[in-house]
Amino acid sequence: MPYTAEAPTRRESNEELRARIPGWGADLDPADRPAVPRERFAPEVTGAHWDFPERQEERVPRERSIEHRFLTPVFGTSAPLHGVSGAIRRFAYEKFGEGRAAHWLLLIAGDRVDAVGSHLRSVLTLRPDNPVTETGVVSELRRGGIRSRVGRGRADVKHGWIDPLLIAGFWVFTGIVAVAVVRSIGKR
Amino acid sequence: MMPDTRVGTTFGHEFIGVVDQVGPSVQNLKAGDRVMVPFNVYCGSCYYCARGLYSNCHNVNPNATAVGGIYGYSHTCGGYDGGQAEYVRVPFADVGPSIIPDWMDDEDALLLTDALATGYFGAQLGDIVEGDTVVVFGAGPIGLYAAKSAWLMGAGRVIVVDQLDYRLEKARTFAHAETVNFNEHNDIVVHMKKTTDFLGADVAIDAVGAEADGNLTQHITSAKLKLQGGSPVALNWAIDSVRKGGTISVMGAYGPIFSAVKFGDAMNKGLTLRMNQCPVKRQWPRLFEHIQNGYLKPNDIVTHRIPLEHIAEGYHMFSAKLDDCIKPIIVAEAS
Ligand SMILES: NC(=O)c1ccc[n+]([C@@H]2O[C@H](COP(=O)([O-])OP(=O)(O)OC[C@H]3O[C@@H](n4cnc5c(N)ncnc54)[C@H](O)[C@@H]3O)[C@@H](O)[C@H]2O)c1
Ligand SMILES: [Zn+2]
Repeated sequence: MPYTAEAPTRRESNEELRARIPGWGADLDPADRPAVPRERFAPEVTGAHWDFPERQEERVPRERSIEHRFLTPVFGTSAPLHGVSGAIRRFAYEKFGEGRAAHWLLLIAGDRVDAVGSHLRSVLTLRPDNPVTETGVVSELRRGGIRSRVGRGRADVKHGWIDPLLIAGFWVFTGIVAVAVVRSIGKR
Repeated sequence: MMPDTRVGTTFGHEFIGVVDQVGPSVQNLKAGDRVMVPFNVYCGSCYYCARGLYSNCHNVNPNATAVGGIYGYSHTCGGYDGGQAEYVRVPFADVGPSIIPDWMDDEDALLLTDALATGYFGAQLGDIVEGDTVVVFGAGPIGLYAAKSAWLMGAGRVIVVDQLDYRLEKARTFAHAETVNFNEHNDIVVHMKKTTDFLGADVAIDAVGAEADGNLTQHITSAKLKLQGGSPVALNWAIDSVRKGGTISVMGAYGPIFSAVKFGDAMNKGLTLRMNQCPVKRQWPRLFEHIQNGYLKPNDIVTHRIPLEHIAEGYHMFSAKLDDCIKPIIVAEAS
């Protein structure tokens, strides 16, 4: 087809589509689409019976974005800041707004410190992390790890080998350190 | 990728359950009620909630103004514990949750709390008009529901792109769509042009998000090394595949740090880019009607039901896409 004003010809008519697909065109009229228009002023439909929510008690000092005027009245309490990761995260929140890369990069660094710290703490407990059961890698056996990948032309198989390195890296590293420590004690 | 994901937080933002206890100000729910809980934590009374932007609530997330509150989704989304547990705290119980109607299947109710509502919302953000050609990148739960919903809005053609044949098969049967496996094409954008009279699709929906594959550099720098907020491969394909003046709806989630998006192409083509986290409850009344009319059967895409004790295996299976997994469901009490 040359480039003219013509729209491409429809492959199927409305009737054909209606016959083939249950509900075809049920929301053809934008008035039937719940997300249209994007903003619709209707505070009465939300179920809120307050103008401003009652403030949740702040039991431990709660970090917040400096782009907020105050601590929001309600917030999650799942994992309060603690230790070195907590200090890094608090610094990220107090010092940098959300528009700054430093804010997020520090938070990512905090995540890594948190993860390594938790691994280390677990090694020192009677019930250390179990990298076999807790990474779910046994599903490779139970859920057809090979059958699901081989001969299926999946692009992700090309870089799948990186995952074990990223996940097991901590354990390999700790293992090497542990062996080195044991050896050096043995030599004394 | 969401920064500030802390060890000790419970994940899970798609859940239903039974009310165990209510706080003193709760008026509409009582212990024993069976409820479905939208993934958004929201107050119902702020500037945004009053305008229907429940996913952008300003009163629930002290950690960031750039995203609302989400259950079990990092501190960047407010630090709330999620639903992959026996108990969960649900703030604003008179605003978010609804009692599950008697006629509704539990699994359908569960899927309404995120995946179905999001796919349906994604199709709406495409501003589809009668006869439009809609291409959906990603044949996961979100993409499948978006493709199916595109027909409800009157699409004339729906094309789903993925690399997993078993999911594309679902796109054909469940979502009545044409399918394209991107691994079979050297240049997926050129292929999309060929199949759309060299104009491009009218609407493209990104239902892939941050872990997109198909470009090794983009995937590794983002999904593996976390140097980008997300791999924008699918988003870039969407931008390049759509026609000039077309619309992109982004349902795929991206983290708050920068991603290498082909913004110049979007600008020069005069595209409309629309996106958001889904304001879930706003979609419910209409979706309930579509389910009752038999237009949608949400749990047709559920492939696995996994007891809470085996959740680690479930995670690995879903993330590595083993055993033809499309949508696994976690069952807190194995029945
Ligand atoms: N906006 C919202 O409110 C909202 C809600 C729920 C989920 N999401 C996001 O939607 C996205 C999809 O969710 P899902 O549950 O369907 O995930 P999923 O991982 O099951 O599906 C993603 C699919 O995309 C495919 N894919 C990978 N790279 C691709 C590419 N370049 N082109 C085409 N397909 C590609 C994968 O093979 C997979 O089938 C995620 O980013 C999720 O976080 C957003
Ligand atoms: Zn609000």
